[in-house]
Amino acid sequence: MAGVSPTPLLKDELDIVIPTIRNLDFLEMWRPFFQPYHLIIVQDGDPSKTIKVPEGFDYELYNRNDINRILGPKASCISFKDSACRCFGYMVSKKKYIYTIDDDCFVAKDPSGKDINALEQHIKNILSPATPYFFNTLYDPYRDGTDFVRGYPFSLREGVPTAVSHGLWLNIPDYDAPTQLVKPRERNTRYVDAVMTIPKGTLFPMCGMNLAFNRELIGPAMYFGLMGDGQPIGRYDDMWAGWCTKVICDHLGLGIKTGLPYIWHSKASNPFVNLKKEYKGIYWQEEIIPFFQAVSLPKECTTVQQCYTELAKQVKAKLANVDPYFTKLADAMVTWIEAWDELNPSGEAPAKTSNVKAK
Amino acid sequence: MAQVNIRDDEVDIVIGALHLDLTSFMEDWRAVFSRFHLIIVQDPDLKGDLKIPGGFSFDVYMKSDIESVVGSSSSSVVFSGYSCRYFGYLVSHKKYIISIDDDCIPAKDDKGELIDAVAQHITNLMTPATPFFFNTLYDPFRKGTDFVRGYPFSLRSGVQCGLSCGLWLNLADYDAPTQALKPGQRNSRFVDAVLTVPARAMLPVSGINIGFDRELVGPAMVPAFRLAKEGKFRWETVEDIWSGMCVKVICDHLGYGVKSGLPYVWRNERGNAVESLKKEWEGVKLMEEVVPFFQSMRLSQGAVTAEDCVIEMAAAVKERLEPLDPVFARASEAMVEWVKLWKVVTSRLSNSAA
Repeated sequence: MAGVSPTPLLKDELDIVIPTIRNLDFLEMWRPFFQPYHLIIVQDGDPSKTIKVPEGFDYELYNRNDINRILGPKASCISFKDSACRCFGYMVSKKKYIYTIDDDCFVAKDPSGKDINALEQHIKNILSPATPYFFNTLYDPYRDGTDFVRGYPFSLREGVPTAVSHGLWLNIPDYDAPTQLVKPRERNTRYVDAVMTIPKGTLFPMCGMNLAFNRELIGPAMYFGLMGDGQPIGRYDDMWAGWCTKVICDHLGLGIKTGLPYIWHSKASNPFVNLKKEYKGIYWQEEIIPFFQAVSLPKECTTVQQCYTELAKQVKAKLANVDPYFTKLADAMVTWIEAWDELNPSGEAPAKTSNVKAK
Repeated sequence: MAQVNIRDDEVDIVIGALHLDLTSFMEDWRAVFSRFHLIIVQDPDLKGDLKIPGGFSFDVYMKSDIESVVGSSSSSVVFSGYSCRYFGYLVSHKKYIISIDDDCIPAKDDKGELIDAVAQHITNLMTPATPFFFNTLYDPFRKGTDFVRGYPFSLRSGVQCGLSCGLWLNLADYDAPTQALKPGQRNSRFVDAVLTVPARAMLPVSGINIGFDRELVGPAMVPAFRLAKEGKFRWETVEDIWSGMCVKVICDHLGYGVKSGLPYVWRNERGNAVESLKKEWEGVKLMEEVVPFFQSMRLSQGAVTAEDCVIEMAAAVKERLEPLDPVFARASEAMVEWVKLWKVVTSRLSNSAA
């Protein structure tokens, strides 16, 4: 095939959302890839601390005081002392696409030794269709050098819009605490050169470390829940958002891809600390998963907000007996949608928040 | 590389011979095949004697052997062309069957090492599958990886794997229109993954490079879907797509898994996609009906064996697809006939073993 068209930069259509509590030194390594983009930094923890942003980046930064000021009483839905607070960044963004990355994730190398431009790959994934209705054994058929295989119906080859691109990690894998304790030395060294659509009706564990999504298509579903300070659970924020998002994508006919790009995950969090955070989640998950597998959204829910509000109702009705936490969570889900709609009124110019800092 | 202990006497390698001279094919695979027993089935339409090099343990089945089992009266089960290999599945009494097209040779992985496709298929079949929840690091039972955070613990023991679908470097298994449109396209991407295809997700299974657990799903590997102008190139068939989806529906129902990914084989150049497209494009059209049928197929609680499932599916094919095209009537009859044959042959084998 003659010359492949270059991937669009989308520099005015994409925000990079980074939650941080320590520092942003990791941005130096990403500079060649991230500098064209606007950053939204969500500072967790002590708001009186100053987070230094490396020179030359265009960014807005929000700490807890800003979140409280902007959302008022609705700020209760945004987690404190947990990277789940990042979803505040999704809410205040005015862009079509979001890329979120953790501050301990660095540029990885592909098998040829070349630096991986993770953002470019996410953009490729998101701008090409997904194929949730029939599994293609050669994976993403829209990638260069591949296609749909024999037997794949032509009526399904147009695909559906891709709402989410879920990337992976080399080096420290995203294991839960028990697995980390049993295999403290295991590193992910296997580069799997594939992107694929997760089939309709199948759930997966979404990781927020290296994630891109179409905010216009699915943004309101990307609520990262109530975690951290004052909450009985942690490290289930991205999981929760992933299950809600997948169910809603399946209902609305949108696709979710997983696979490339890889980033290099450098820091293994303390497994004992993790175990304390995840402990309840490990049990609750056994109830949560069947709940999501059985969720059915009514035909009348045609927008993400409607789907999400309906989901919140069902969470309250069906998971409240697992733990009172789920009643709180369901209420927070409703608060999140209310806050989202307030900050993102449809059809009007977006509300201005005043934390933009120029280069 | 294999983490499992392969008992050679549990494996049959079934080769459908669509060409008489198997010398170079067998020599290319000697290092991998020679420790196993082979069942070589000669396409009944192929006249002449097969040429097979020495040093292998094998049985050959020809037209006369097929007729003595099936009867020479016209049967709805036709074992010619690519479907001749199903006769090998029928007469085998091993647990695992690996089947590779006779125009494929061993491929090299991304490190330049020759891939033992048989060992990889057996590893896939002997390690659990995980169809109920997608693991983002793919097969969690592979060395160097595991279940990721968020994977429910109750689902981590997995289920038995019924089918292992391998892939192809060089000439990928595209359909004729696709290959005709991109005549130079070759698959050079080695994807180092095996993954379980989730429950209720359908896929197009390619018969070019597969392995399966005969005890679990043998009766579901039905040689039933024969195009009117089916030919001797994969572009002119969809029999494997049909049997593969039967197996997937049945695995989903009985709680077994289907894996896809490694191993790769190197598929040699053969045939002309444009010529095949001119000759046979019905298959492509029929997929539009076939896929939704399998996607919506639900089996009853009472169907507890693969045989039961096939019979129920055959009835559904007859009821829902037969009105659309006579090929489906033949498929339904062939499925029923196949189960009968399977029962007769397997009981004969166990009687003679007694």
